Order: sequence, then C-alpha cells, then structure tokens
Amino acid sequence: MEFFLVQTLNGISYGLLLFMLSSGLTLVFSLMGVLNFAHASFYMLGAYLAFQISSKIGFWPALVAAPVLVGAIGMLVERWGLRQVHKHGHVAELLFTFGLAYLIEEAVHLVWGRSAVDYRVPAELDGPLFQIMGSQYPIYRGFMMLVSVAMLVTIWLALTRTRIGLVIQAALSHPQTVEALGHNVPRVFMLVFGGGAALAGLAGVIGGNAFVTEPGMAAAVGPIIFVIVVVGGMGSLAGAFIASLLIGCMQTFAVSLDWSLGGIKVAQVAPVLPYLLMVLLLIFRPKGLMGTREG
Amino acid sequence: MTNRNAVELQELHKSFGTTRIIQGVSLAIREGERHAIIGPNGAGKSTLFNLISGRYEVSSGHILLHGEPITNLRPFEINRKGLSRSFQVTNIFHNMSVYENVRCGVLWSAGYRYSFWQRIGGLQDVRRRAEEIMERIGLARRRDTLAGTLTYAEQRALEIGITIAGGASVVLLDEPTAGMSRTETAQVVELVRTVTEGRTLVMVEHDMGVVFNLADRISVLVYGEVLATGTPEEIRSNPAVQEAYLGGLHKDEAAHADGSHA
Amino acid sequence: MTYQPINLGRWIIWGSAALLFAAAPHMFPGGFALTMLTQMGTLIIFALSYNMLLGQGGMLSFGHAVYSGLGAYVTVHVLNLVGKGVLQIPIPLLPLVGGAAGLVFGVLFGYVTTKRAGTTFALISLGIGEMVFACVLMYPGFFGGEAGISTNRSAGQSFLGLTFGPAIQVYYLVALWCFLAMAAMFALTQTPLGRMANAVRDNPERAEFVGYNTQHIRFMQLVLSSFFAGISGALSCINFEIVSAENVSAIRSGGVLLATFIGGVPFFFGPIIGAVVFVFFIVALSGFTKAWLLYLGMFFVLMVIYAPGGIASLILMQFPVIRAGRWRELALPYALAALAALLTLAGLIGIVEMVYRLSEQGASTVLNVLGMSFDARSAPPWFVFAAVLVAGLAALRWTSRRVSERWGEIQLALQAKAAA
Repeated sequence: MEFFLVQTLNGISYGLLLFMLSSGLTLVFSLMGVLNFAHASFYMLGAYLAFQISSKIGFWPALVAAPVLVGAIGMLVERWGLRQVHKHGHVAELLFTFGLAYLIEEAVHLVWGRSAVDYRVPAELDGPLFQIMGSQYPIYRGFMMLVSVAMLVTIWLALTRTRIGLVIQAALSHPQTVEALGHNVPRVFMLVFGGGAALAGLAGVIGGNAFVTEPGMAAAVGPIIFVIVVVGGMGSLAGAFIASLLIGCMQTFAVSLDWSLGGIKVAQVAPVLPYLLMVLLLIFRPKGLMGTREG
Repeated sequence: MTNRNAVELQELHKSFGTTRIIQGVSLAIREGERHAIIGPNGAGKSTLFNLISGRYEVSSGHILLHGEPITNLRPFEINRKGLSRSFQVTNIFHNMSVYENVRCGVLWSAGYRYSFWQRIGGLQDVRRRAEEIMERIGLARRRDTLAGTLTYAEQRALEIGITIAGGASVVLLDEPTAGMSRTETAQVVELVRTVTEGRTLVMVEHDMGVVFNLADRISVLVYGEVLATGTPEEIRSNPAVQEAYLGGLHKDEAAHADGSHA
Repeated sequence: MTYQPINLGRWIIWGSAALLFAAAPHMFPGGFALTMLTQMGTLIIFALSYNMLLGQGGMLSFGHAVYSGLGAYVTVHVLNLVGKGVLQIPIPLLPLVGGAAGLVFGVLFGYVTTKRAGTTFALISLGIGEMVFACVLMYPGFFGGEAGISTNRSAGQSFLGLTFGPAIQVYYLVALWCFLAMAAMFALTQTPLGRMANAVRDNPERAEFVGYNTQHIRFMQLVLSSFFAGISGALSCINFEIVSAENVSAIRSGGVLLATFIGGVPFFFGPIIGAVVFVFFIVALSGFTKAWLLYLGMFFVLMVIYAPGGIASLILMQFPVIRAGRWRELALPYALAALAALLTLAGLIGIVEMVYRLSEQGASTVLNVLGMSFDARSAPPWFVFAAVLVAGLAALRWTSRRVSERWGEIQLALQAKAAA
C-alpha cells in the first residue's frame, strides 16, 4: 500500500516535470507553429548551468540565474536563427532546431566533457519530507512538485490576466491582425520562445540533480516529451497535462515493479512503454487525446 | 434536364462550436442543370460546398449524389463517385507545370491509381486527355510554365481545368470569376458554359451578370438558410430576395425591364 | 522545384555514372580510399531512399535507420546461416534479403506512422525509432545486445570465383547495387505514384480532391523507400561484417537526414552529393579533431539558414549565369568571400580546439598547428584566435554583401533578357 502511494507521488512529481517541459514545447508550437526539437537541449543547458553556478555560488542563486540565462540564449536563437529560417517553411524550422540540438549537445561535450557531472541536491533539501507507513518521501521531490505547480500557475495567470498574455493569446491564431493593431509580434515571438526555453531550463535546474546530469540527458528525455505532445494532441495543453501524468506514473511504476511478463521483466520493458502507448493511440485515436491543431 | 436529382441536400446543419453556419438547408439539384447559389457574404455558401465535397463534416443531415448517400465521406471517395470541385482561393500545385497540374486531375479517373510500374511519360491516353483539357481552358501554349508563375486569371482557368480533368459528372465551382475584369469574366463564362455541357454544374457566384447569364435555376442562401429557389425570373421578382440581397439597385432595373416593382 | 532532369542526354549521364563507379578505385587508389568509396556507395542508396520520403513525398522522418538497420539484422542472420551451410544464397543476392526485410517493416510501421502527416509524422517516426532501438537492447537473443551480431562474408561458397573477402570485391558489389538502386529510384519518380507523391508533397488537400487518398500515397512511398533502405542496410552488414544497435539508432537516422539535406533535398541527385560529402566529413575529419561533430552540426545549421536547397542548389544556381557567360564577374567576389570564410574558420577552429584541450581530462593543453604551438592555459592564444574570428566575421559580412550585390545585378540582367 505504502509502496503504491510513494510511487504515485514519485510518478506525479516526474509527470509534473514532464509537463513543465511539454507545456513549454506546446506553447511555442501553438504560437509559432514550430516544434522546437532543441527544447530538451534547453533542459540540459539549464541543468549544466545550474551545476556550474551552484558549485561557485550556491543552489538558490542558480535556481533563478540559470533559467534566465537559458531564456536569454533562447531569445538569441530566435532572433538570429529561427527568424531567418521562418521564410523557408515549417520543415526548415524543424530542421534548424534539430541542428541546434546537435550543436548544443556538442557544445556541452566541449565545455563539460562527456561524462556525468556531480550536480547534487542541496543539503538543506536533502532528506525525508514525511513518512508514509515506514517509507520515506524525500523533501526534494516535494520541492520539485512545488516549483512545477508554482511555475505553471504563474504562466497560466500571466497568459490570461496580463496584457502581454492577451496579446500572445490573440497572436496564437491571428498574428497578422495583432501586428496590424500595432503590437510588435516579432518581439512577442522572441519573448515566447525565450520563455519556453527558460521554462525548460528551470525544469533542468530542478530535474538535473534529482536525476542525472550528463550529455545524453537531452536525448533521453526529448523523445518522451514528443510522445507526450503527440499523445496529448498537438497544441493541447490539457492533453499534454494528462499525457504527462499518465506517462510519468507509467514509467515510475514500470521501473519499480517486480513483475515479469512472458519471461521479460516489466522493468526492462519500461523504456518502450511510452512509444507503445503512442502506437496504440495512433491506431485507435489518431488525433491524440485532445487534439486541436494539425501538425 | 431530367427529373433525377444529381445532388440532394436534406436538412443540412453545420455548426462550428456554438456558431451555427448552415441551419437546415434542403435543396435538390437536377441532373444536367446549371444551378447557381447566391447570397450575401457570410451566408454559408462556401461552407455548403465544403460539406458537399467532404471537406467538412456535417453536424446533421444528409447529402445524396445521384441518389447515393455521400454524407461525411472523405473527399477522395466523393471525387471518385463523380463529383469534383474548384476552390475560391486558388488551390493548384504551384511547383508543377500547367501540364503536370492537369495531368494530376486526370490520373485517377484514367485508372492508373497508385501504379509505380508504369512510366507516366508513356501513358498516351493520359497525355491526350491532359492536352485536350489544356486546349479547352486556353492554356495549351503555357504548357510547361510553372503554375505558380501564371497570372491570376490563368491560375483560375487552371483551377477549373484541374476540376474538370477527371470527367466528373457533377462540377462545383466556387466563385470562378472572383477578382476578374470584364473581359476575363466573359471568357470564363464561355469556358464554364462549354466545359459543363452535358454535366451538372453548381456554382457559387457574386457577379449577378454571370449568374443570370449561365444559370438555369438559382438558390438564394441567407444566414445559412435557403430563402428561395427558382428560375432567374422568379428570383429576380421575388420580394423577399430583393429585400435581403438584390436590394434597391435591382428594383430600378426590374422596374425598367418588365414594369414590375417591389 | 521539380524533378526535371537536365536534358543533356540521359544515356550520357547514366553511362558516365557507371564508368565513374567502375573506375573510382583506380582513380583513388589505396585501402583507405576504398573504405571511403564503399561507405559512400552504401550511404548513397540510404540517402536516396530517404529523399523518396522527404524530397519527393514531403515526409520528414527522424527514424529512417529503423528500416536499414532491421534489414541489416535480418541479413546478418541469413549470412550466418549461409556460412553454416543451412541456406544457399549467393552473396550478391543478399541485398535483396535486406530489401525484403526493410519492405516488411515498412508495411508494419508505415501503417502506423503514415496515419498522420507533417510535424506529427516526424515525431511519430522518432518515437518508432526509439522504440525499435529500445527493443534491440531488450532482446539480446536476436539482436546480440550491445555488442551486436558479427558475421563472416566469405564463409559460404564462392560465387563465380569471388569470395567477397577482399575489400575491392565488396566495393564492386556495393557499386553495382548502388547503380541499380539509383536507376530504380529514378525510374520510380517517373511513375504515376511518383508524380502523385510530388503532388501530395506540394498540396495534399488538392490531391485528395482529385481522387487520391493521400495517406495511401504516403504509405506506399514509405514502403518503397524502406525497401531500398533495407538494401543499404544489407550492404552495410556485408561491408562491416557486424550489425549492432547503432544500426537502428537515432544517430544513424540523424546522419542520413544531415547527409541528404546537405546534398540538396529538392533534387534527385542531391543526396548523392550529400552522401559523398558526409562520408568524407566523417571519415577524414574525425581523424583530425574530436570536435568534428560540432563542426558538422554548425555546417548543417548554416546550410539550413543560408542554403536550404543544399549543395546541389548552390551548384545549379550557377548554371544560368555560366550559360549567359557572366560567371567571370562572380569569380572575384566569390574568392574574396571564400578567404573571409577561411579566416573566420581559422579563428573558430582555434577557439574550439583550445576549449577541447582544456575540458578534456588527461589531454595536453597545447594546440599544435602549422608548426606553432598554443598553450590553452595562457591568455594570448585566446586573444589571437578571438581577434582572427572577429576580423573574419567582419570580412565575411563585407564580402558577402559584395557577392549578393553582384549576384543581384546579374539576376536582374538575366530576367530582363528573358522577358525581352
């Protein structure tokens, strides 16, 4: 029983992290029509920058500084790269972000080497949060959930309650009209792309030390995020939320269960499960759970 | 004109979310007739075309083609049953030549389907048919020009050409003369007249001259409902239609023409 | 951008290609060159098959290695059975085995992946690729786990006196299949399916309205493409005598995408150029520097931004100018721009290589180039290379402006002449 509870909590915290990543991806896709292949790379950058900053100054400054830095990089990328490619169409944009993912990974190799770095949970957050019937639940997991929820609520408020949020929402479907009304839509795009990058960076700051920080982390979580976006329905935040929690719990349970199915341990099959889910969904419900916008 | 219906719409409804666009349209288009659908902007004319041709799904109601139900079938299924449509916003293959564009319209009906074992250059019947169509739409001398570089009027002609290339028995033309000068319009009217000889034509149009010139019968669509259906004379003298659509301008014309007045 | 072949006489082109294939090992002698040529031949088939999806069908796939890799796995098992005497299949026919396997998986996975188009299709292809990769590691019985399955290509009976042990024999086998595959894939572009695939790429909606099920077209295009991918996988298996998880990895899929794009997606022969350049890049460059993948990535990104039609488009763009006899006017601006690019490159490489020396544990921090040595721990080399880089960028900006000005002039003149 306690196992089930603890794993559910773990699954939810992992799912929330995944949602932090997939929501940023979905927002950028909904607004700009471009799927940022390098989104998971910004996640990785966030983790590495946080590692660097926290080993020099501390974790808490890193929590603020790293996402800001990643966001700035995102804005530069949009201004000097993506904007140039926009005129060549969606495929070219996707290829650009694909190449960018390569570049960021190689840059990380360049600066930090090829093995994992020792990015640790800070001492004040290390330890049990509470006990459920004998099993301990770590503080840091609770912290992760807290940060995820806080960030998502902030974004929701920013989009629906502020003026810039309304502009973004309008530009979502009618960018030319919004521009004709005098808003600087290219600047809005830059802010949104940078914001998405910052969100991914923040996920990296809090996820990098809970899991592992290594050059392969982008390639490990990237495909999962894309599966979430496809399963949830391209462009649907609600769908991404459901799919994130679903896959987060699925992965967590699969890895920790000790069952065997036809000679193969479920834990071994765990990596494949999200893709199997995607395939099944495609066969029976191609639009995704709550599909809105065609890719 | 026979009594069989080429296209029949039965209590058609279409809503986008809570917005109701088509609100109970029932219409019968007789085989071989030229039928025009007119109405103010936003009345739902293009939506009607999209419903009939399978681009949109109906919210409720039925569509019959030659008596056979085609409601909510996919566009290619409907096309294979003999209904073809053109688009208001030119929808051609910009990166292909005029000849290749028309050829795309010919391939399926010529029976070549998904063949990957036949050299397309050697298919004489396909070539003949495509060249015949290009002649009829007057683009034969522009055969190898990239469709994206044609003039607007040429592209509209190509649009019609692709639509009729497959030999469909029911042709839907969505504002074929939109944005054209008088001469261009006259040419398109003649083109439409000749290529729809022996076929059923349903046409959305704003140019009243074209409508009264070509149509055997006219339906007036206002706010998603059919206000009236009838011959041009009946429509012209229908008070409700004049009120809703033709307006004062036509009252004067009618007064001059045959002495009747609203 | 259409697939109009340049009408210089098809026989001349194909004949020359065949001659080139036959003569290449003599034009570039040596074992090292032979390995490169063989790899190029295999990648040409793979890249052409990839372009059946992207260039001709408008389908961007991030998981094409699935079909070549699974084709390779089936081939390696068949080859091992041939070696044991259980099966009697001559080595030259093995690529058909790989092709058949690729085809079967194309049908299997293609059914699912082509249910959606565009960006979604790309993501699904990525997911399927990851799934297959994960499965390969999960079933070591068939896939041999991390180490993979190895084989011996000369273990079975010889074919017409050829054992296919020597590398030169393998090269000619690859060359033959490459030529056949090129011809077949080109022929496919001239069929109803090939043309409608182009139509679906350009305007899938209109294709539906002229009676074609676009999903079915994309499915068939994918199945045919996976057949050729399987052939390339089989040749890779024969060449390297080992098949491992790397054959179905995202890295392989990414690699063929890069190669095809760099060569030029809108042109049939683009991937051929891309495959040659890519193999050269990897094999030659990786010997010189650890940062070769970084350089490749930069090259790719720059091409996406500035030359999305690939090297092929850059070459073809020059032809109208050459025919008009005005290319000489571009020679100097091009040369100056090239020098500026070299300068920029020098600065960039210097910095990148020094960063590598610093971050890599256990390596010397000294960069030796052209007889000079720079210690990455001291400050001066950084300033030097940074200055070179900045100077190069400024020069590049100025020279490229001159190039585009001159280019613009010439284009205007050509257009005026055409309209007259």
